[in-house]
Amino acid sequence: MNAKLTLGPVLFNWKPDVWRDFYFRIADEADVDTVYVGEAVCSKRSPFYAPHIVDVIERLQGADKEVIVSTLALIMNSREMNELRDTAGDHDLMVEANDVSACALLAGRPHAIGPYVNIYNEGTLKYFTDRGAARVCLPVELGRDAMAALVKDTPAELEVQVFGRLPLAISARCYHARAHMLHKDNCQFVCDQDPDGLEVETLDREPFLAVNGVQTMSHSYQNLSAELAEMQTLGIKHFRLSPHSVDMVAVAGIYRKVLNRALSTEEADEQLQNLIGDVAFSNGYFHGAKGVDFVLADQH
Amino acid sequence: MNNALELVCPAGTPASLHAAVDNGADAVYLGFRDETNARNFPGLNFSRKELQEGLDFAHARGCEVFLAVNTFPEAGNPGPWRKAVDDAAALGVDCVILADIGLLDYAATHHPNLRRHLSVQASASNPDSINFYVDAFDVKRVVLPRVLSVPEIKVLNQQINVETEVFVFGGLCVMAEGRCQLSSYATGESPNINGVCSPASHVRYEDEGDRMVSKLGDFTINAFAENEAAGYPTLCKGRFIAGGEASYLFEEPTSLNAASMLPELAAAGVTALKIEGRQRGRAYVAQVVAAFRRAADAAQAGDAAPELGLQAITEGQAKTSGAYNKSWR
Repeated sequence: MNAKLTLGPVLFNWKPDVWRDFYFRIADEADVDTVYVGEAVCSKRSPFYAPHIVDVIERLQGADKEVIVSTLALIMNSREMNELRDTAGDHDLMVEANDVSACALLAGRPHAIGPYVNIYNEGTLKYFTDRGAARVCLPVELGRDAMAALVKDTPAELEVQVFGRLPLAISARCYHARAHMLHKDNCQFVCDQDPDGLEVETLDREPFLAVNGVQTMSHSYQNLSAELAEMQTLGIKHFRLSPHSVDMVAVAGIYRKVLNRALSTEEADEQLQNLIGDVAFSNGYFHGAKGVDFVLADQH
Repeated sequence: MNNALELVCPAGTPASLHAAVDNGADAVYLGFRDETNARNFPGLNFSRKELQEGLDFAHARGCEVFLAVNTFPEAGNPGPWRKAVDDAAALGVDCVILADIGLLDYAATHHPNLRRHLSVQASASNPDSINFYVDAFDVKRVVLPRVLSVPEIKVLNQQINVETEVFVFGGLCVMAEGRCQLSSYATGESPNINGVCSPASHVRYEDEGDRMVSKLGDFTINAFAENEAAGYPTLCKGRFIAGGEASYLFEEPTSLNAASMLPELAAAGVTALKIEGRQRGRAYVAQVVAAFRRAADAAQAGDAAPELGLQAITEGQAKTSGAYNKSWR
């Protein structure tokens, strides 16, 4: 089976030129098959990089990357609703739904569903595949048992996030603004100060979470390099790398080598650790443990 | 305009059900004693026999009974959730409160006459989502996520053709409901899968002499001085350090009280008011239901909001009207 590497949407508020240059470099250099582009977290961010979207998509497609447009996870007002309707109305693009409203708008033609839509079981998966869902990135808390059950008898290709901070929660409230004693309506876009999220520690100074505007993420970076082979055997087809400010071309290269059995998972983890620095890995959800846990290969 | 607001009240036990019914509930909501509902706590919830008795008691007094089957069925194991819906239909509950699309599909197909409400756990926060659930599964009411302000609820109600129900009292999720994995990240136990958040089985209090530390799993959620009451370590209500500053980053340990906003909620087109607290005891349920009965009746009559007398219950705990005021964000 031909495993595919995907690059999820940039979840952080990167400066527009950084955002553009990141995707240009991905187009030119990264060994990934699919690239998701678009705003999943905060609708106030997209106007800044919107002028670059067409160029970015063209560059990616010119480099033979499949491009999927990602959409907002929490839609709460008419402006956000109308923007989603516009995106869904563009039939030239493959779109990833991150809210049930988007699933409804995309029904009847091939589309993708992202990890923010609650697809926990075969009944829900079938409901959506009957209506055109061709690819589904599973919710982050599902582990191998759920993957095995879901992959059976579904026409959809399943995707799992294998690298990067886990999106754990979404809120009406902006915690970046709150941490800066600002109101959401006057947030001054302070989330752009933290290209990988604002680190959150416990009172005992233990790293715990990361705030990304209205989104709350894990502090740890999910790393399923050691689980890739098992997931391939299960029938998972796409493996998502969630963008961070580290060298994502290098990250993609490492995962590709593991998929190709050209690199051991021990070497891969060492190289990844060197890239991300002093941040813990996690893979607990896959093993049915706490999400924060990192279960070592010899304990599998 | 009809200002009658239906009062939907929690029942974690038969005793609480009696208390809610006797104090003026228009409906009580409850769950079976397993992982099919989002308050799967030890010692709570109903057996089939208890539900039958509760139905008899409530219906004899003109009160409806809603069954929450509002977790997301486990992959490969749909049986318990389908059986909960089947039994709800057989026992004659007035509606089931569902969140999972596969289960909504099952209920609509196999029990078309069993009324369906959309659980808050479905996080349906916009007209296209809500209209989808109405069109696809004929849901008759949507419990709105606690992320919407009153003006947003009003706009939303103008774009949908279905009853809406909103939380007015009790615990407050600050994250979009049904879309929060914080608990499972720290404990392995999830609201969506296991029906629990920040479960007591993973809570520890450590007395360190000069401070009492509350932990969830391996993580310190809060620390209290000797003279401070140590609160329960619900993850999103803890104190954390961000940017060098310790604070209640997500939310203070407050709970929701929107009693003063009932006329505005009625004017925004809301049909029903929901009181959180299936984990609460009989006395709490009796007092809160009685207070909100007075408040709802006053709102319907156009009278000023009455004094609710809930200070004894809420002592030591701050109250917020939450996202109903946009300044909360």
